[in-house]
Amino acid sequence: MLNCYLKGQQEHERPEFIPYAHLRIRTKQKVTVEVLDHLEHLALVDFRDSEGVERLQKAIQFADQLHEVNTDGVEPMDSVLEDRCLYLREDDVTEGNCTEELLKNAREKVEEYFVAPPGNIPLPKLEERETFLKGS
Amino acid sequence: LLGRASLLVSAALKEGRVAPTELCQRCLSLIKSTKFLNAYITVAEETALKQAEESEKRYKRGQPLGVLDGIPIAVKDNFNTAGIETTCASNMLKGYISPYNATVVQKLLDQGAVLLGKTNLDEFAMGSGSTDGVFGPVRNPWSYSRQYKEKSVPKSHSEDKDSNWVITGGSSGGSAAAVSSFTCFAALGSDTGGSTRNPAAHCGVVGLKPTYGLISRHGLIPLVNSMDVPGILTRCVDDAAVVLGSLAGHDPKDSTTIQDNFKPFELSDLTDVSKLSIGIPKEYHAPGLSSEILALWSKAADLFKNAGAKVIEVSLPHTRYSIVCYHVLCTAEVASNMARFDGLEYGHRSDMNKSTESMYAATRREGFNDVVRGRILSGNYFLLKQNYENYFIKAQKVRRLIANDFVKVFGSGVDILLTPTTLSDAIPYMEFIKEDNRTRSAQDDILTQAANMAGLPAINVPTALSERGLPVGLQFIGRSFQEKQLLTVAKWFEKQVKFPMIQLDEVKRHDHGVFQHQKSASFLEHRT
Repeated sequence: MLNCYLKGQQEHERPEFIPYAHLRIRTKQKVTVEVLDHLEHLALVDFRDSEGVERLQKAIQFADQLHEVNTDGVEPMDSVLEDRCLYLREDDVTEGNCTEELLKNAREKVEEYFVAPPGNIPLPKLEERETFLKGS
Repeated sequence: LLGRASLLVSAALKEGRVAPTELCQRCLSLIKSTKFLNAYITVAEETALKQAEESEKRYKRGQPLGVLDGIPIAVKDNFNTAGIETTCASNMLKGYISPYNATVVQKLLDQGAVLLGKTNLDEFAMGSGSTDGVFGPVRNPWSYSRQYKEKSVPKSHSEDKDSNWVITGGSSGGSAAAVSSFTCFAALGSDTGGSTRNPAAHCGVVGLKPTYGLISRHGLIPLVNSMDVPGILTRCVDDAAVVLGSLAGHDPKDSTTIQDNFKPFELSDLTDVSKLSIGIPKEYHAPGLSSEILALWSKAADLFKNAGAKVIEVSLPHTRYSIVCYHVLCTAEVASNMARFDGLEYGHRSDMNKSTESMYAATRREGFNDVVRGRILSGNYFLLKQNYENYFIKAQKVRRLIANDFVKVFGSGVDILLTPTTLSDAIPYMEFIKEDNRTRSAQDDILTQAANMAGLPAINVPTALSERGLPVGLQFIGRSFQEKQLLTVAKWFEKQVKFPMIQLDEVKRHDHGVFQHQKSASFLEHRT
């Protein structure tokens, strides 16, 4: 604690670690339009404008700092409760019969069905779509 | 009356000195007069009054359900509440009325608590300022406190008096503001990266993040399944213990809750701290930590040392990577969790009808804001086959290193860690919005995030006022499932620092109750 207290006394404090900016590893290439298009397809969410693409670039740059850490021999951690057996209940029906309630929240329905537009029609290709990426 | 700790109000309810309906009415009218704070998205006036009436009947029969019977509470708007709109501050869920109650909400209602309404947040709990929801930003009640106004440099008359208001922090800003402005006695928030502790620090309230697996997440709209926990916001540590007691425990509907038997506890007064070992992690002296908070942290450590506790400096070497790790894991889990919003079964649905995929795409385009869309796209990038090993798996490995840091420190005999909660006091909204959400989150979560990585319990205790007259809090991090020890130490600390009560004109006008003259007394008087 003396350490911390002494630090507080100094005119110019030197914090414990250097801010991220100095250590940022620069991503060599920008993300290609193909990958961006692929992401839009997977996520069914669009980038909307160059700001959106910039955001992704910055996010990747930020995440690249992970590569500084040595993780040899370290197992990935899925959950902090990995040492325990999680609970599984018996396969008995304990609730249900709430069709009406659940259908209340859907906009398009017919009798007891949720209605969707026709499926199996892939999103149009990049050239044919209305997307910001067309211009890149 | 409204400023009292819930335990003492409960005594008043039991003795008939105040009626639950009166308490409810007072809170509802205070909510109306503090509307400018924008803390509430939905105020459930009718149902709240009905619940208060039921509670009153029970008290008359001498059969209250428990300490929480008749106590007004608020719930963050990402918890499902039956019959009350649940929006997550997003266009995607505007108008969505849930058919069920989240387990934690149900537990509170079963105890007789009166649900006043749903509080405001960042859209889908993504953010650290409670500024990015579709219902607008939440204002910190302390912006209107006498303490803050006295310290503000008077600006020219032509400038809008209102433009100086400060943020609440996030993402449970609405809940923190609601508790801080006396409109409710306790509020539920959620904590994924510090979302309960951050606004608690900025609003001068107690914010508890329980151990992952202690409280059920069933009904909490998920952000990051492996890190989310419901958070508890109250005005004092005793109240937090009471609420924790009614919420914790195994839930068959959430398989990530542990099956150990949980015994609700009452906090005893700690008289001897000499057996305590407090750890001060040096890496929490992060870049950007204000000198004010650094000094406060130092003083707090000295406080423990002078009382006889063992205070030692410890090291959590991977702290600096916790934000980067969180960034990858969070966006990856978000990408997965947000996939359920397609407009088909609930929520917003676009008019686009050409194909299922184009309908989904249009719905999501219209329903989500930039922040959410940005995280979904980043998450999908990190989960691409070519990136999976390098980013997602790598982040999971770093997560283990971070969790192991804590295991090592706690294993070496340290009982509790003492750290700052935020880098500075609350900043003005106009300044906050100069940087984008991701940058702000990365900056603001730095001190709170690691506890989520490791699943450990942590609590923010309001400590003192800054030079600008705004609250500053300190954080205690405890061992897994050792909430009793954590809260006992926090309570002792709270008693030592005697954090001042907020002086809000709106509250003074409303609160002409019996307890007015006792308002400045310590919360911790024992009842006879």
